Amino acid sequence: MSAAAAAKKNIFGVIAEFPNARALYEAAERVRDKGFKFWDVHSPFPIHGMNKAMGLKKSPLGYIIFCGGLTGFLTAIALEFIPSAYLYPLIVHGKPVNLFTVPAFFPIMFELTVLISAFTAFFGTFIMNRLPRLHHPLFDYDEFKRFSNDAFFLVIESGDPNFSEIDTRDFLEGIGGNEVVLLYEND
Amino acid sequence: MADTPVTTFENRMPRRPLVLNNRSMAWISELISGICENKAPRWWWVTIAITASIAGIGGSCILYLLFTGVGVWGNNIPVAWAWDITNFVFWIGIGHAGTLISAILFLTRQKWRTSINRAAEAMTLFAVICAGIFPAIHVGRIWMVWFLAPVPNPNWIWPNFRSPLLWDVFAVSTYFTVSVLFWFLGLVPDLGTMRDRAKGRISRFVYGLLALGWRGGNRQWNHYEMAYMVLAGLSTPLVLSVHSTVSFDFATSILPGWHTTIFPPYFVAGAIFGGFAMVLTLMLPARELFKLHDVFTWDHIDVMCKILLLTGSIVGYAYSMELFVAYYSGNAFERFAFINRYFGPYWWASWTMFACNVVMPQLMWVRAFRRNLVTVFFVSMCANAGMWFERFVIFVISLHRDFLPSSWRMYYPTWVDVCTFVGTFGIFLTLFLLFIRFLPMVAMSEVKGVLPDADPHFHPPVAHDDETAKEAHA
Repeated sequence: MSAAAAAKKNIFGVIAEFPNARALYEAAERVRDKGFKFWDVHSPFPIHGMNKAMGLKKSPLGYIIFCGGLTGFLTAIALEFIPSAYLYPLIVHGKPVNLFTVPAFFPIMFELTVLISAFTAFFGTFIMNRLPRLHHPLFDYDEFKRFSNDAFFLVIESGDPNFSEIDTRDFLEGIGGNEVVLLYEND
Repeated sequence: MADTPVTTFENRMPRRPLVLNNRSMAWISELISGICENKAPRWWWVTIAITASIAGIGGSCILYLLFTGVGVWGNNIPVAWAWDITNFVFWIGIGHAGTLISAILFLTRQKWRTSINRAAEAMTLFAVICAGIFPAIHVGRIWMVWFLAPVPNPNWIWPNFRSPLLWDVFAVSTYFTVSVLFWFLGLVPDLGTMRDRAKGRISRFVYGLLALGWRGGNRQWNHYEMAYMVLAGLSTPLVLSVHSTVSFDFATSILPGWHTTIFPPYFVAGAIFGGFAMVLTLMLPARELFKLHDVFTWDHIDVMCKILLLTGSIVGYAYSMELFVAYYSGNAFERFAFINRYFGPYWWASWTMFACNVVMPQLMWVRAFRRNLVTVFFVSMCANAGMWFERFVIFVISLHRDFLPSSWRMYYPTWVDVCTFVGTFGIFLTLFLLFIRFLPMVAMSEVKGVLPDADPHFHPPVAHDDETAKEAHA
């Protein structure tokens, strides 16, 4: 392994700062068109239309949540009908447990559908975002802390096939990035 | 940037700014995080000392009740549900405004919600906590409360899944859980801000842990926004279902005054009315004390007053419709229930309810009253009181004189009733004070997102001659 390859292995990526949301948006379009795959933009708030500028697909989370909701719905059916119809048939007001009494079981079906969907949405978003992850190379770069205040960053990771220590830096500077800095892995 | 202005629709008819005085993003972070970072003001210590003492009194009353029995309350037969359920429905109703602001106004793209949604959602959680106390303690033998849950037990007894009371258990517990998840999801980016600003070791550790390593990458925002939208979409029918289910506890019975189909929408409207009043009650002082004037503007207060007016009028329609139906039904018991409501021994409660909930909000037709702190605060205090009286009227007055005159009986609260209710205000306010001290009370990331320069197309685009930009803007 050459010295250059060893050095490259430790590089996390290149970070560039942009002055505002619009500059970041336009830079993202350029990075997308250049064919980069492992990169991201960091902003204090979600920027409207940024998915398009980055060429990202819609989050598939909605379909996962639907499955969660279905699980909740089926759980409620099992939870209600197994005890009410088999384990402990409860005759209240002389009403039988049959298809005609199904509406009285709806509220709990609805509530459990919502409950499990909400859990899926909550945990799903963090799992898909690979969070919690308290330790990340970006956090070693002190300037990055301002992303949660008012700064806009674009990061191209070294894992990208198009990544090159020199060219990627020049490219980011060329599209208006300020403070272009190489970041290293923190291990 | 010296761009030449171009004539767009926005230029000809500008929107009213949601944040005044062209405040920057850094200014917002500084203002909101500063509330938690600066030394606690003296009024905060004084207020929390008072509210925590009141909460302590409430807690002692609850312990006294549990060790002695429900006889320490004024409840009797036929008034088996009195202040306990009145307080339960009062508190759960207050919660509804928070979910309305965070979910329904999100789906309807009401961007002004960003200034108040965090505090309103926190208020929801604390109100539901206060609400949850009452059903748990009113069963008397609290060690039996697990019977509410459908768990296998040696007696092979299962709950009746067709009972509105069990629906209520599921509705309220789901509502609380989903509200917590929604609230925390919204907090994560702001906890990231708190983490990145934190100076002290403890605060850096705690905020760092809670922020879960949030990096604000667009690949993260993509999933985050989807989850946020779906949670808003789930919370919307949920919040409407919760107070509908609460109203089923009454509407599915045969008691005159309870047995009406109008209850679910009427309860939901009342809940939103009472909740918005509570949001105003909490946020108007907070606005003055923390100098939030540029974030929580008169325009915000104005629209909230209009919601008070709308929901107050819906409630007024429901009160009137109940009277009309009582007359039109020709049912002697139904008619008596409503004559007794307004002219019986508790007439003062009904008229207080009507004045506070229907008459007072009509002041909000006048713009000058919507933009005056005194009138806004007065009307919201009226609504707070009026909505408590509404529940008292519906539950106690309907119960105390039912079908058989031989079982009629008056209800009088005991000191334990009063102290427990006041105590829940102590719990509620203490939790709220802790919240504003330790967590950002305005959703910073969301407010930044509605600033004009948050829009990636804010500045008129400079000449786009390269193909990529044309493609993206096509």
